[in-house]
Formats: sequence, C-alpha cells, structure tokens
Amino acid sequence: MKYDTIIIGGGLSGLTAGIKLAEKGKKVAIVSLGQSALHFSSGSLGLLGQVGDKEVSSPLEAMKELDENHPYRRIGIDCVAALAKEVKPMFAAAGMSLDGDETVNRYRLTPFGICKPSWLTFSDFITFDKNEPSKIKKCIIINFKGYLDFYPDFIADGLGRMGVESVQATVSVDVVERLRKSSSEMRAASIARLLRGDVIDALAAEINRVADDADADTVLIPAVVGFDSEKPLAMLREKVLRPVYCVATTPMSVCGTRAQLLLRRRFEQLGGIYLLGDNVASGKFASDGRIKSVMTTNLGDDEMEADTFILATGGLFSRGIVADPHKVYEPVFGLDVRAPEDREQWYERDFFAKQPYMSFGVSVDEDFHPLRSGKAVGNLYAVGAVIGGYDALKEGSGAGVALLTALYVANMIK
Amino acid sequence: MEYQLKNISRDNFEQCIKCTVCTVYCPVLAVNPDYPGPKQAGPDGERYRLKNPEFYDMALKYCLNCKRCEVACPSNVKIGDIIQRARLKYDKKPVKLRDRILAETDVMGTLATTAAPIANFMLKLPVVKSAMHSVIGVDRHRTFPRYSGRTFESWFRKQADAQETFKRKVAYFHGCYVNYNNPDLGRDFVKVMNAVGYGVRLLEKERCCGVAKIANRLIDRARHDAEINMKSIRHAVIDEEIPVLGTSSTCMFTMRDEYPHLLGVDNAEVRDDMLLATVFLCRLIDQGQVKLVFRKDYKKRIAYHTPCHMQKLGWGIYSTKLLRSIPGVDFVMLESQCCGIAGTYGFKKENYATSQAIGRDLFESIREAKVDFVATDCETCKWQIEMSAGASVLNPISVIAEALDVEATVKANQK
Repeated sequence: MKYDTIIIGGGLSGLTAGIKLAEKGKKVAIVSLGQSALHFSSGSLGLLGQVGDKEVSSPLEAMKELDENHPYRRIGIDCVAALAKEVKPMFAAAGMSLDGDETVNRYRLTPFGICKPSWLTFSDFITFDKNEPSKIKKCIIINFKGYLDFYPDFIADGLGRMGVESVQATVSVDVVERLRKSSSEMRAASIARLLRGDVIDALAAEINRVADDADADTVLIPAVVGFDSEKPLAMLREKVLRPVYCVATTPMSVCGTRAQLLLRRRFEQLGGIYLLGDNVASGKFASDGRIKSVMTTNLGDDEMEADTFILATGGLFSRGIVADPHKVYEPVFGLDVRAPEDREQWYERDFFAKQPYMSFGVSVDEDFHPLRSGKAVGNLYAVGAVIGGYDALKEGSGAGVALLTALYVANMIK
Repeated sequence: MEYQLKNISRDNFEQCIKCTVCTVYCPVLAVNPDYPGPKQAGPDGERYRLKNPEFYDMALKYCLNCKRCEVACPSNVKIGDIIQRARLKYDKKPVKLRDRILAETDVMGTLATTAAPIANFMLKLPVVKSAMHSVIGVDRHRTFPRYSGRTFESWFRKQADAQETFKRKVAYFHGCYVNYNNPDLGRDFVKVMNAVGYGVRLLEKERCCGVAKIANRLIDRARHDAEINMKSIRHAVIDEEIPVLGTSSTCMFTMRDEYPHLLGVDNAEVRDDMLLATVFLCRLIDQGQVKLVFRKDYKKRIAYHTPCHMQKLGWGIYSTKLLRSIPGVDFVMLESQCCGIAGTYGFKKENYATSQAIGRDLFESIREAKVDFVATDCETCKWQIEMSAGASVLNPISVIAEALDVEATVKANQK
C-alpha cells in the first residue's frame, strides 16, 4: 500500500503530525505498537518548567539558556512561539479545551500535592498562579469511597502551601460502588466509563450534599470524569452548585486516555489510517540512503510505501529507544543513538539526580532528519521523545517537544 | 546480565512494566467487577501461578479472549494468550454438558442440517428456549443462527469440476458457519473469486477451526481438529501451491495465531498463505493483477464493524478499503470495540448481561448511523448485532458479490 507519509508511533507527537498532514490533504498512515504514553498524562502539557536548577516562569525567555542542540533551539525560539499557538486550536477541533499560554507558566497540582509549572492544562483541572493568592477560600476535596489512586491528604497539604483551606469527604453512587468488589480494579478508567447519564445526576446530588455540609466554596474531585468526551464533566458542572475542578490521579489518566481517543478520532475523520497493535519490524532502504518502504508484523510481506516517514516511537519508556545490558539502540531502523558506550555512564547512582539515560535518543540534523551511520536519512524525520539530547522529566518539556517538533516537521513536509 | 538477554518467555510475560494500559481497554473489566482484569489475570497472576498452581483464579473464565489487551499493550506481552493458557492448564473442572454442546459446532451442525426445518422451528420455540435456559444454561434471550437444509459442501460438490477449469486457483476454508448456516456466503465467495479468474477448491479435509473448543477447554479435541486442518492446509499451500482463503476473521485468526500459541500446533511454513479473502483480493487489486467492476445502480449506506480478532489480525484496512472502493457505497466506519458476544461466551446464561453491557455503545452507534446494513468479517458479531442493534449484517464478500457487475468484472480480468 502506498501513502504520502507513514508515521511510526501513534501517541501525542505521531498523532499531531498525522493530523496536521491529513489537514493538508495528505494520505497518512500511523502504525502504533500498542497504546501510548499519553495515557499517563498529568492533565497538563509542559513547555519548559526548569532549566538547570532554576524553575521557569517564562518558558520562551528561558529557552535562550538551553543547549543549542536542544529540539527547541533547532526549531528556533520565534518559531516555537508561533507553533505553540497552533496547539489549542488543534485540540479544540478534536473536542478538547485547554487553558494557559506559552508566555507564562501556571502551576498544576500533582497527585502528591506538589505544584509544578505547566503550559496548557485540560480545562477539567485546577491551576494556580504562584504570584497571586488563590480566590478560593475553602474547598472540599471529595473522593469516591474505595478509590485508591487519589490521595486527599497530599492534595490538602499542597493546597495549604498555596494558602487554600480544605476539608475532605467521600461520596459513593450505586453503580460506582459495584466496582469496589475488586478494590485493585477500581481504576480511574473504569469509574469514568460509568459516569454518564443518570449517574451524573446522582453524583451531583451527593457532591452538593457534602459541599453544603462543609460550607465550601469550591469542589475538587479526582480526574475520573469523561472517558471519551468532555460532556460528562460539563453536565456535572452544570448540576453542582459550586465550581468543580479535577485534580490528577495516579495513572491511568482519564484525560490522557480521552486525548488519545479524540485525537485519533480526529485523525481518522480527516481520512488518516491508524493501525493499532501493529509493529514496524523493518525498513527497506534505497541505494541513496532514503527509506523505500516498511514492513509490519500484521501486514507481512505487503510492504507499506511512502514518500516520507516520521519516527514518533517515543523514548526509553515507550521502547522507541531500547537498552540491553550492552548497548542502547533504536530498534526500527538502527539509527544513531546519543548514548555513551560505557554502561557505567548511563546512570547516576543517586536515583533523584539528573539521569543521563533520560536524554538518550536518536541524533538528528538541523531539519530533524535522524542520522544512520553518521549520514542523515533524507526522507525520515524524528519527532517527540525519540529525539535525544534533552531531559523531558527534569525540564518538564515532554509534551512541548512532542507537539512542537511534530508541528515543525509537518510544516516542512510539502 | 547475560542471563537477562536470554530470559525471554514466549508470551513476553516478563516484559510487562505494569503500566495498566490494558485495563483501560478491556471490555469485560468495564462492566463486570468479578473479572480481575487483564493485568491481574495475565502477567501478574502468572507470577503466582508459576510458583503454585493453587493461585489459579476461576474468575479467569470471564475473559472473552478478544485480545484487545494485546492490541493495547505497548510491550508486546501476549496477555490474552497467558490468560487462555492458564485456563487450559489449571482449570481442572469437568467441562459442562452445555459447553460441550456449544463447542461441538461440527457435530451440532451435521445433526441440525439433516433436520434443519425441525431444528430451526424447535430453537425458536419459547418453551425450548426456556428449557435450554434453565436446564443447560443457554441464555433464553439468544436467537440461534438458522441451520441451512443443505450444507455448503454438498452444494460445492456439484460445482467442483467447473472450478477446476480455472487456470489459477485458491483453496477455501469455509468454516462451520458457512457450511451449516450460511452457504450463501460460500456461494458469494465462489462468485467473486470466479469473476476475477480464480477457481475454488475445498481442503482435502476440513474440521472446525477450534475457536469454540478452545474457549470451552476441550483442548484435546481442538488439537486433533487443528492437526487435521493443518495437514490439509499444508497440502494446499506446499504441494498444490495455492493459498488458503477464509471468510471468517475468527477462523483465520484461530488457525494463524491460536494454533501455535495455545495448541502448540506449528503453522510457520504456511502461515503467510492463510488469509482472509478480502486481504487476498485487496492485495491483488493493489498490485494491478485483478480488477473489480461494480454495478452502477448499487447504492447503499454501509457501516463497518471491526471484530476483535480482525483488530488483532490488523486486517481491517483491507476489508474497509474494498468496501470503500464500491462507487455507490456511503461508508461509515464504526469505532473499533467489542460487540460482547465472543463466540459461545454470550450464549451462556451467566454471561448474558455482561455480553449486552459490553456491546451497548456499539449498538447505539449502529442505530444512530442509520445505515442500510452493517458489514463485518465475523459471524458471531453478526448474530449479536442483528439481535441487539436491529440491523442486518453482511460479510464484506457478500457485499462485493451483491455490488459486483459480474460480466464486466470477468471481461476486465480476461487477459
């Protein structure tokens, strides 16, 4: 089968590139080995939260201090600023609303009550401005009875540090209560699938009851509402008498799952082909070093041909980069990887130190063509976490690099 | 360190990083809290079971073997296989009479087709349904597929000589459903293949693919049938050098993947030549080797449903590409999700509620789509959708057969 572009990897960066190219009328196929790291989303997309030891409040300003090999510097800071504005409309077209902008970071609450800088946040969630006291006087943190992936005490501590008083309560509604039969399987996604229709009414009534008793002005709930649309939360907000915000749970992330489903739906509505659960086993190269076709496990000897290819397979976590006891490698095309040969240099013994392996990834040239045996592969681009040379975890830049490299590369493909 | 490189199980079970993304996409977990979910039932539980078989949890029977956990897994862990193998290995309870009856599709088909009018009449009677519900545990809400008075094989015997006159040939694995219930689909397959210049042969011997026997733990019977099938398939592919095509995604999936993974029946040398007819056709069209010409007056709005095993095979693109290529088709792609039936699973009284709850969203989206009919590659999805969503369901090969301008297609392929 022949396509204009084949994208390997169907998470945030692969889907972003796919949507942009499909919007331009390109025939695009995405091959995705399983579900993506987007399912672990915090509910916020980070652009740049930390450089060195310094917390960042103006990401675009702080980018000037990054290494010139950093993906943002390769794109160019002006270009980053322009592309960043495309993200909200892209999510809106897929049915999701985001708050925030690229000039100044806001702060999100982690499941452990820590405040972290954020760029764009799904409108489900509560965010803060660190320099301005919150307007919330007293909020009530409400959990579902028996739900173990949400920690109100930590959240209360975090709120306390922001000067917000809080009380706690638990609620239960009949259908959700059924899930408690297996406490280990009472998961965010399972709850989210049940919260619809009449169940929302029942939940709203319960929330109103406990919030009245506590005399709170704002309601915080775990982010377990809205499996594949924003509608259930909108309905809940309509029926609860106080403002309702979500706080991130530990994974699975319901809003990340929703983002995955809705971005994929958008891509497919634009005519894109999404092959889930298939694996690009190998590629065929022409004599000039360009890729001619790729072969997948499911399609066997039916080669997938394309003019351009995008590698969006993710980093070590998503196995876009693989480490075995002896080497670090890129498994699809055998591309050059930025990683020291000596295993001792892969990691720091202090677990919380900046870990070298976090920056492992493929080497790219200034146009994001990955290198293979030192030579750029002319019709292949790398986007997102598979690119080496930056530490998404320390910088809080994972989503930003995924989105902006994908948009940048999609713009380059004519 | 060296050990780590070599220490990889056939199911990749040690590769599970406990990310839990499989639990998000498990259709059963979402509606039945009695099921421990794919992570717990699969790689997590396996660690315990390897230590002591006593840790086997009977609730694994709620797994409907849809393999959507495997499709979701980013670490390539064969979660579904781990669960099914555990059921086969550790569940020592005798197989119920009801499960034996449901699993013996061959025997039941042979009996029922010889007395089809009576069988069809009886299976519709409320009193019979009620008796089956309470005595053996087949849910009373279920409608059994009608049995045909004449098997596909007996129809085909009369065509066999004419089929041999074609220069190019394919072998057809028709499956129990085509043979006993829906010979029309088999006839449609022959019609389409003939139109593009291929004659059809049957396998020397064909038995049920075994999917129902595997699901009901009749493992020795399944392996016995699998070996007979593989012998015939090897003969077709290796000796006669013709591919083996099917029209049921579940039969093809079972023979391609479950044979080696669950039954230990090797198929490596012929696996690439065991294909769905839509895959074979689509590839030939892509390569410019055959052409389909469609009737100008064919106008239908069709929704395609991706069966779980079709999703696992990754072949949805072929069937949908063929359907989209029919000029008069207004095509609707339904979101890929389980319909809930999973073969014999949904026929069991204890699974009926789960089965219908799983399919709820799919049924609703089919009703909303306002289509002339639904197309899908699996017969049990067909029964479930016809019963629960009030839409009729056709196999893509039957759609093509109906839309085909046979004369023009024959002409276009004469070179």
